[in-house]
Amino acid sequence: MTHRKFLSPAAAVAAAVMTLAAPAMAQAPIKVGVLHSLSGTMAISETTLKDTVLMMVDDINKKGGLLGRKVEAVVVDPASNWPLFAEKARELISKEKVDVVFGCWTSVSRKSVLPVFEELNGLLFYPVQYEGEESSRNVFYTGAAPNQQAIPAVEYLMSKDGGEAKRWVLAGTDYVYPRTTNKILEAFLKSKGVKSEDIMINYTPFGHSDWQTIVADIKKFAAAGKKTAVVSTINGDANVPFYKELANAGIKASDIPVVAFSVGEEELAGIDTKNLVGHLAAWNYFQSVKNPTNDAFIKQWHAYIKNTKRVTNDPMEAHYIGFKMWAQAVAQAGTTNVDAVRQAMYGQKVKAPGGFESVMNANHHLSKPVMIGEIQANGQFETVWQTKGPIKADAWSPFIPESAKLTADWTFPWVCGNCTEPKYKM
Amino acid sequence: MSRVLALVLLIVAAALPARAADRFDELIAKLGTDGFAEKIAAAQALGELGDGRAIAPLRALAEGRLYVRPSDKQIVVIEPGAAPAAGLDKVRINNRLRNVIGASLSSLMLFSPERGDRLAAAREAFSNDTAGIMALLERALGSEKDAEVREAMRFSLLAAKLRAGSDADRIAAVKQLSGSVDPKVLNLLSSLKSDANASPELRAAIDGALAASDTMRRIIAFAESLFQGVSLGSVLLLAAIGLAITFGVMGVINMAHGEMIMIGAYATYMVQELFRAWLPPSLFGWYVPAALPVAFVVAGAFGIAIEQAVIRWLYSRPLETLLATWGVSLILQQLVRSVFGAPNKEVANPGWMTGGTEIAGGFLATYNRIYIIVFCFLFLVGIAALLHRTAFGLHMRAVTQNRDMARAMGIPTGRIDALTFGLGSGIAGVAGVALSQIGNVSPNLGQIYIVDSFLVVVFGGVGNLWGTLVGAMTLGIVNKFLEPVAGAVLGKVVVLVAIILFIQKRPRGLFALKGRAAEA
Repeated sequence: MTHRKFLSPAAAVAAAVMTLAAPAMAQAPIKVGVLHSLSGTMAISETTLKDTVLMMVDDINKKGGLLGRKVEAVVVDPASNWPLFAEKARELISKEKVDVVFGCWTSVSRKSVLPVFEELNGLLFYPVQYEGEESSRNVFYTGAAPNQQAIPAVEYLMSKDGGEAKRWVLAGTDYVYPRTTNKILEAFLKSKGVKSEDIMINYTPFGHSDWQTIVADIKKFAAAGKKTAVVSTINGDANVPFYKELANAGIKASDIPVVAFSVGEEELAGIDTKNLVGHLAAWNYFQSVKNPTNDAFIKQWHAYIKNTKRVTNDPMEAHYIGFKMWAQAVAQAGTTNVDAVRQAMYGQKVKAPGGFESVMNANHHLSKPVMIGEIQANGQFETVWQTKGPIKADAWSPFIPESAKLTADWTFPWVCGNCTEPKYKM
Repeated sequence: MSRVLALVLLIVAAALPARAADRFDELIAKLGTDGFAEKIAAAQALGELGDGRAIAPLRALAEGRLYVRPSDKQIVVIEPGAAPAAGLDKVRINNRLRNVIGASLSSLMLFSPERGDRLAAAREAFSNDTAGIMALLERALGSEKDAEVREAMRFSLLAAKLRAGSDADRIAAVKQLSGSVDPKVLNLLSSLKSDANASPELRAAIDGALAASDTMRRIIAFAESLFQGVSLGSVLLLAAIGLAITFGVMGVINMAHGEMIMIGAYATYMVQELFRAWLPPSLFGWYVPAALPVAFVVAGAFGIAIEQAVIRWLYSRPLETLLATWGVSLILQQLVRSVFGAPNKEVANPGWMTGGTEIAGGFLATYNRIYIIVFCFLFLVGIAALLHRTAFGLHMRAVTQNRDMARAMGIPTGRIDALTFGLGSGIAGVAGVALSQIGNVSPNLGQIYIVDSFLVVVFGGVGNLWGTLVGAMTLGIVNKFLEPVAGAVLGKVVVLVAIILFIQKRPRGLFALKGRAAEA
């Protein structure tokens, strides 16, 4: 940063000389903030997302920049520390004057930066599947809401192809995302006639490493004669010992399938998957999806990271979609002004590597297809089921009574993220 | 394996009547279609057809080795481990299809010439609820000579009778199964009991059968919790032994202890990668024993370096040591993250550590846990011998008990300090090898174990290996007996509160050192 200031007189001269040849590059660059943890517990997942944004910035600059200006990434490290997320967000918007921020992974980090973005009227793109029940004017949610991941996964397991599960284990890490998701799922299962005694809910602490009792309990619960499935919202590091224990306890996917919402290609890279073939995950994207957009995306990633063994995953695809949409909206608005870009975002379409056209809705969430994949021995997923087309995200779940009443719609006449009636009368 | 299959295929094919051939080919071709419903129908029909040639393709399909050539829809079976030729499409499979294939294979293999196949099939048939299985089992029993296979067939036949037999048949079967603690039997019996069509006599018989196994089931449940407790205890013990030496014996509050475990786990990963790259796959199982000395040396070297660079300047200043070692732990984490990258590394269990053995009635002991328990105790004995039977151990104890007197006797205290810290760190590295077999290998690995390690050492009594052993086992067992009642989160809280109360009562832990040493 500082050396640019040093060079600025020279740059000014150069710009003056080159005005005729390249008038565009003389203007100040458009700044993109990257707010992902590069150290601490969440570095394991978020480092890859930082690289994804840098790749997209690199790509857009190669194509001549945006509005004729260069795009520049400003990377900060909130170090998996939730209050630090808020400080760094403030630094990015107030001090660095970035035009947009791509960042956050855990719901608690998003909740921590939310007031900052709303106060300073910033713009955040949040790329991870989450529990829903939120719609901020200053955030675009490019990951899945529960109705784009959890509900279809459970419906699949209830179907004939999924094994017609009748008993359910909802196992999760003890924090806001699994608790809210399980609340929605429990209400959904009960609405489908599943009795309380056929639902077992289990929470474990972050980084739980001894799964013997829980795996044995799951086995006993499943032994009651009815077909049982496990819905896992276990997050982060606890997954590896969980899957190792499952494999060693001889739980085969054909007996008790486990469907996970937080396990993607990147997480599988740390696990020996030979004994896990057939267990499931629900996402909006798998690396194994075959289409030209995805082939190009994977090729671009491998070229950028200079390692053909690195995998792509769903949150990376979400950043890809988010970045392209933002760039299109900026081009359309002709400015990076947050209010103008926000207006231009609605209805913005991007051809996604997932194989469909993703659309940004007025509730700040995407329409995306849902895919169920089976774990393969090579650490990839193979799609066994997918929706016929994109599903529109519900910001507020209809299965929780208090949120069923709420509407998120940021266009006239609603202009509100959590209202029971429109703000303006027609 | 493949040779055996080919043999089966030939024999059965030769003996097969020609009329079934068309139907067989037609069904096999259907396995390669796109729709799951068609594939499922075909797999089911192949099982009912009773044609042994279907075994190889069905098995290949279940194992993801069945391909289809797009040009002429020809089905191709790829041998295990072989790469498919270019241009072949893999036949997709889901869990429902896997179950159907399992049932079909189990009925087909009842007549396999291989004893092992027949035995597996006879056992599998217990959970096979297709209508034809009773007749198939009876037919197979008629020609079966092997006593063990016959026994398994008879057992599965009881299940078939329970499902589909007459009321008298059912009651007779229940009586024969009385007292069994096999979870499959128990499930079958309890699901039968809740069946609305069951007669009162049948229900009474089932109640009797379940009551007969009640005591045994309680004993098994207790033994299972105990095993899990000992297993968790041995993991805690492994994580804490190194700390028992650096903190317990030397009095250094070493916040970087967890990172020594992590370094040991990464050393294991490196050894595994070397084995994969340079040695034949048959030797792969040996990478874990080979990693033990490597992890010890690498983590020990890190320990000595940390002692020399940081800790030796801070002896008798516990607060500064705490902060400095915490800083060291952050540096080590970030170092590993920069060198190996942030994502988890995959450390595979070698073949001999995969799976488990069923001890009784659904109580399954996994091999990796058994090996870790055994290893942990051997390791503890080795360390105790080192401390109490060698000159180095004697010097070490002398320095920790009375530093000035030891120096006066000519013991090089500075060197002993460095070596002791190196020993403690090396032991943590070895623990990392064991822990890599049950958990993650990531830069944060150490953070998971550091708090538990301190709990064990403080609870067991500082400066006492015996206390560490009892402390770890108590915590492990109490945790596992609490977990089913209170849940994992609350169980942890209860244990923590109990330890705080205990420390109030006995500040020096379970086994406090007595005499002058304790005053130092």
